[in-house]
Amino acid sequence: MSALRIEGLTVSIGAGPATADIVDDVSLTLERGKILGLVGESGSGKSMTSLAAMGLLPKPGPRIRAGRVMLDGADVTQLEPWQRVEAGHGAMSMIFQEPMTSLNPVRRVGDQIVEAVRVRERVGAREATDRARELLELVRIPDAELQLSAFPHQLSGGMRQRVMIAIALAGRPQVLIADEPTTALDVTVQFQILGLLRELCNALDMAVLFITHDMGVIAQLADRVAVMYAGRIVENAPARELFAAPSHPYSRALMACMPIRGVGAHRLRTIPGQAPRAGSVKAGCAFAARCPDVRDSCRTVTLTRFDIAADHDALCAFPVTDGRPL
Amino acid sequence: MWSFVLKRVMAMLVTLFFASIIIFGFIHLIPGDPIYVMLGDMATPDQAEKLRHSLGLDQPIIFQYLQWAGRALGGDLGRSIFYQAPVMSAIADGAETSLLLASITMIWILLIGVPIGIIAAMRHGSLLDQALSGAAMLLASVPTFWVGLYLILIFAAWLGWLPSSGYPSIFDDGGLANLRYLLLPSLTLAAPNAALILRLTRASMLDVSREDYVRTARAKGIRPWQVVTRHIFRNALLAVVSAFGFTFAALLSEAVVTETVFALPGIGRLVVQSILNRDYPVIQGIVLVVVVIYLVTNLIVDISYRLLDPRVQLQ
Amino acid sequence: MKRVASWLAPFAARPIALAGLILLVLVVLAAIFAPVIAPYEPDTMDPIIRLSPPNPDHWFGTDQFGRDTLSRVIFASRMALLVGVGVVVFALVTGVPLGVFSALFPRLGNVLMRMVDVLMAFPSLLLALGLIVILGPSAVNSIIAVGAGFLTTTTRIIYGLTLRLKSETYVEAARSMGSRTGWLVMKHILPNLVSPLLVQASFVFAFAQLAAASLDFLGLGAPPTIPSWGNMLAESRQFITRAPWLLFFPGTMIMLTAFALNLVGDSLRDRLDPRFRDMLGGEA
Repeated sequence: MSALRIEGLTVSIGAGPATADIVDDVSLTLERGKILGLVGESGSGKSMTSLAAMGLLPKPGPRIRAGRVMLDGADVTQLEPWQRVEAGHGAMSMIFQEPMTSLNPVRRVGDQIVEAVRVRERVGAREATDRARELLELVRIPDAELQLSAFPHQLSGGMRQRVMIAIALAGRPQVLIADEPTTALDVTVQFQILGLLRELCNALDMAVLFITHDMGVIAQLADRVAVMYAGRIVENAPARELFAAPSHPYSRALMACMPIRGVGAHRLRTIPGQAPRAGSVKAGCAFAARCPDVRDSCRTVTLTRFDIAADHDALCAFPVTDGRPL
Repeated sequence: MWSFVLKRVMAMLVTLFFASIIIFGFIHLIPGDPIYVMLGDMATPDQAEKLRHSLGLDQPIIFQYLQWAGRALGGDLGRSIFYQAPVMSAIADGAETSLLLASITMIWILLIGVPIGIIAAMRHGSLLDQALSGAAMLLASVPTFWVGLYLILIFAAWLGWLPSSGYPSIFDDGGLANLRYLLLPSLTLAAPNAALILRLTRASMLDVSREDYVRTARAKGIRPWQVVTRHIFRNALLAVVSAFGFTFAALLSEAVVTETVFALPGIGRLVVQSILNRDYPVIQGIVLVVVVIYLVTNLIVDISYRLLDPRVQLQ
Repeated sequence: MKRVASWLAPFAARPIALAGLILLVLVVLAAIFAPVIAPYEPDTMDPIIRLSPPNPDHWFGTDQFGRDTLSRVIFASRMALLVGVGVVVFALVTGVPLGVFSALFPRLGNVLMRMVDVLMAFPSLLLALGLIVILGPSAVNSIIAVGAGFLTTTTRIIYGLTLRLKSETYVEAARSMGSRTGWLVMKHILPNLVSPLLVQASFVFAFAQLAAASLDFLGLGAPPTIPSWGNMLAESRQFITRAPWLLFFPGTMIMLTAFALNLVGDSLRDRLDPRFRDMLGGEA
């Protein structure tokens, strides 16, 4: 059974005629021990998808209009995290982009980890503190014992993100969602955190959903990749295949934009135009306005997923299927 | 940390020094010869000279200031012209009333403003929240003396439950039951300030609940009330605490009007009477005392605020 | 036209704020057209009908001299507007230059802000009372007295805003291109101060009403010959049990006016750039 199945998830804002689907019919599957990369531009709906899956949509605000979120076979769609704990469902954790602000500044680091530990395990203070220290060691924080009594502002960005990971691991989750966890960090720290995530994914047999806009990170880290555009998943493929033979024009354009090492000075390619706000394109393909291979019917056709291979699909009326790279 | 405290105390003393100069110079800013202003036009030159000398107004001005300040530090704020008694004793007489009034009012403000502000924030967007916020804004827009007069009308005149004026001391006959004389005045004074604290608490709670670390807390799966108590409330409190000093000061000056409405024998009413009686030494003395209290209160609040926030402790 | 529309947008969203705006317009109209719409002269005394409750001839009743309360309330709106506008103008005319200069010239600015600190050591009503003692009670003096209290907060706010604006990258960029300070101020800083100033003006106007009414009530503001809501309340004190309408109508007007101004200020603040929002507490 998949650790996490998101089926046809649709998240909307607004009401009546002003309703917009900022996440439109999104389906993802996460397997234990594997990392799924969710890549897309800012505003494409990646974060919203993960927040919806976690049950963390802000209230009042966007709401799940359709679809299901199945965690380890159980339907947790409209449940908030505390309700999932109450119902005894599996554990799903999330780490966020800004380690600077994601920790409570007036409480010690150890307390914040202990809090996470004690949500799912009835343990005494002593035991919980021991477990907190173990978690800090698991995420490779030096002087773990000392850092338990530190305040967040005393730690560097990379250390804080490790603490966030420790907190996320406290409940022994089956699923870990990482929403751009390294975007706000230095490149060298980024490398370490990514390495840590890969290790933990393997060692703890967790399913990881890694959200980013950085194709380079995806290339290093992901087993599978889902490409998101304007609230829709436009391509879903094993990482190697996506990079070797992307099918959706958007994916192909993204690949073409990546700077090529070792070629010498060359003009960086871009995709002309701007991504529409998620939910603003009602009819036809959202990418039609910028697609280099667009045809007239693209603006009006009702899109369905095209299966290019058993584990590779694209949301396009005319995907490239002959494996021809750009 | 102590160097921080020291710096703040020094800053306060400097401010106090300059404020005292203004208070001292106050008499000299009043148009006309202060002596004749105090005694009236009918005073004879003899009486004028006597008063001038007794007040030390025939000395050079710097000397006057030093004399005044020196005495003030020792607790001697001069003599009231109207009461023919030391200013300090007139103030001391009214102190009990005013301090009790201010304290009881602060209690109302905290008991009413903070919890309702929290409730409104937690039910953000709901009809209850809108109603509470609207009511708070309405209450903050009311003139205190109007509330006072209405309370007198309803509870004293029509219902006869509570007395409408005066305040016998709790050290006299009646004891603690005499506090009921302060019930209406304290509610009057509390009303607009509680409304402001309500709005501040609500806004602070809402601001904090939008912070990333609250989202982290929710993601852990702890119960909503635990999120509020452990993460939101503690952090929102910082902003509310820093408003206390300001609120207390507002109380000190708004009490002037309330004490007048309820004819309470406090310092506020003393100020108004002294203005009407042109009893300038009393006015000076009271303003000095109030300014000192205000500055000290702000200092305490400022330091506590820093102590509560571990981010600022390390210098 | 679009600019005006964008200013009105937050009012369309919140009907109560719109009601507040309409009320303010009505008060302004009442003040301007008072002689036309008031049924009687505010000073006409008619001892026979003194202290009569609201009736078809006198909708708001009469006071102890037989004067029509409704007419007095309408004429008193002039005083309210005069004081409000006066205090706002005073606070802005003093606060803006002080705040801007203090922020742009740090050495001078530090000294000036210390002086403001000293002024802020005096609770606002006491400051107002002190100034009234020096200047003498009158309507104009109550404007200065109340205005002094708002001068300090306005200066602080403008100072903070200008400091923030000064460090904005586009200002630094302009500076690096050699713009002179004066031009810098005109082109970059002042336009950005307009919206926060409008918000601040609303709140100052609101609290000025309350402060001025308090001064009037104590007999230290406008003289009793000029009708003002505060004065009317002071006069009604002896008669509140016999004639509660004398208490109700002037007081309600003060409350509604201040309330409407607060609502307007709140709505305008929502439209502000979020960077500035936290600087405008909304209280004096």
